Amino acid sequence: MISVRIAAKVFGATPVLGDVAFDVAPGEVVTVLGPSGIGKSTLLRIVAGIDRDFAGAVTRPERLTMVFQEPMLLPWRTAAENLTLVHPGLSRAGAMEALAQVGIADKADLFPRQLSLGQQRRVALARAFAGAPQALILDEPFASLDPATADEMLALTERLIAGARPATLFVTHAEAEARRLASRVLRLAGRPATIATNGGGA
Amino acid sequence: MTDRAPSPAAVRALSLGALLALWVIAATLTADPTILPQPWSLARPFGREVASGALPLHLGMTLTRVAWAFALAMSIGTALGLLMGRYPAVDRWLDPWLVVFLNLPALVLIVLCYLWIGLNETAAIAAVTLNKIPNVVTVIREGARALDPGLAAMAQVFRVPPLARLRHVTLPQLAPFVTAAARSGIAVIWKIVLVVEFLGRSNGVGFMIHLNFQQFDVAGVLVYSLSFIVVMLLVEWTLLQPAERRIRRWRGA
Repeated sequence: MISVRIAAKVFGATPVLGDVAFDVAPGEVVTVLGPSGIGKSTLLRIVAGIDRDFAGAVTRPERLTMVFQEPMLLPWRTAAENLTLVHPGLSRAGAMEALAQVGIADKADLFPRQLSLGQQRRVALARAFAGAPQALILDEPFASLDPATADEMLALTERLIAGARPATLFVTHAEAEARRLASRVLRLAGRPATIATNGGGA
Repeated sequence: MTDRAPSPAAVRALSLGALLALWVIAATLTADPTILPQPWSLARPFGREVASGALPLHLGMTLTRVAWAFALAMSIGTALGLLMGRYPAVDRWLDPWLVVFLNLPALVLIVLCYLWIGLNETAAIAAVTLNKIPNVVTVIREGARALDPGLAAMAQVFRVPPLARLRHVTLPQLAPFVTAAARSGIAVIWKIVLVVEFLGRSNGVGFMIHLNFQQFDVAGVLVYSLSFIVVMLLVEWTLLQPAERRIRRWRGA
């Protein structure tokens, strides 16, 4: 379970986040919606533990993984190595299985630059699920993909979440994506941003 | 007539041939082998030095010093450059030192090392290392400042342990800077090693050049310096360039 109790987050003198408090239960997908620049990415960085400079507290499980806006792969390591390097317990066979789940087992020994953006995003997705995560953070993982590929990735993500059942926090611009994945939708609004609606099933 | 450019290897051979021709012409015009001997007249002194075992011995001594100074300067310089590039506070404190050492003439450092440490191997290698470290630091610091914050965030979220992070995330990003520092480093280091040997060692190529200089033996100076240039070219072709190709493999792929 992810438990978020943020009191305030400022950048210099600019308040970005106000009182933001919510929980994400295992298997639940909470989607954060809101206009550009409202502070969604800031919220994710705090929850992920990348940004620790805020007032409040966040508890997160031990095994937390993330899919970033960019694929964020190591370009000097092959697709399979990108998985095994961040999961020390993961064998080559385990990495191959994770890549097979996202449909690119045949690309295991290629470098990220040899893959299309869609394939790179699949590797990033495989990397996030390979560690059997207890918590998963998705930061617009389908941005800049063509609609067909984005749809396919969405279905894939849905399936992977159903299998591993992590507590999932999902940020997107696309309402349709939110509706499809989310068990609950949070809307960020205002300045500093707070949760405007804490809706049930979207 | 075709306008196809000749191959790079042919150009390189022709260019070196032209340099050799220039030498032959200059030696012919000089007409005094004690000032500038013909290239082929170096064969006899070269053979003599190889046969006596002197040339391999002195080349070996110099190469050992180059290897030590190179390894020390690269590792210390990379560590310092990484620290200074990553932590602005460290950079503010160490940058004035860097400027001082960058502007300290090599000769001053060499003389001071000999005076303070003594006329020994430690002083010789310390002098060369200290001369090279500031250049390595400057180059690596640039690389450390350009490190991708996104990859750092990824490594943090996935809890990649510090040593693995250094090896798989940080150093590959620094690789172009490390190879640039190594390239310019090896060239500068062997030249400083020769000066260090010239001034205060009783073996090595620099010492032999000193000896031949005192006896006004131009052929001896040329035999030793040309032999060492050949050795350094071999190091470049057989070690540095293949290493660089291996590191850059993922870019071409």
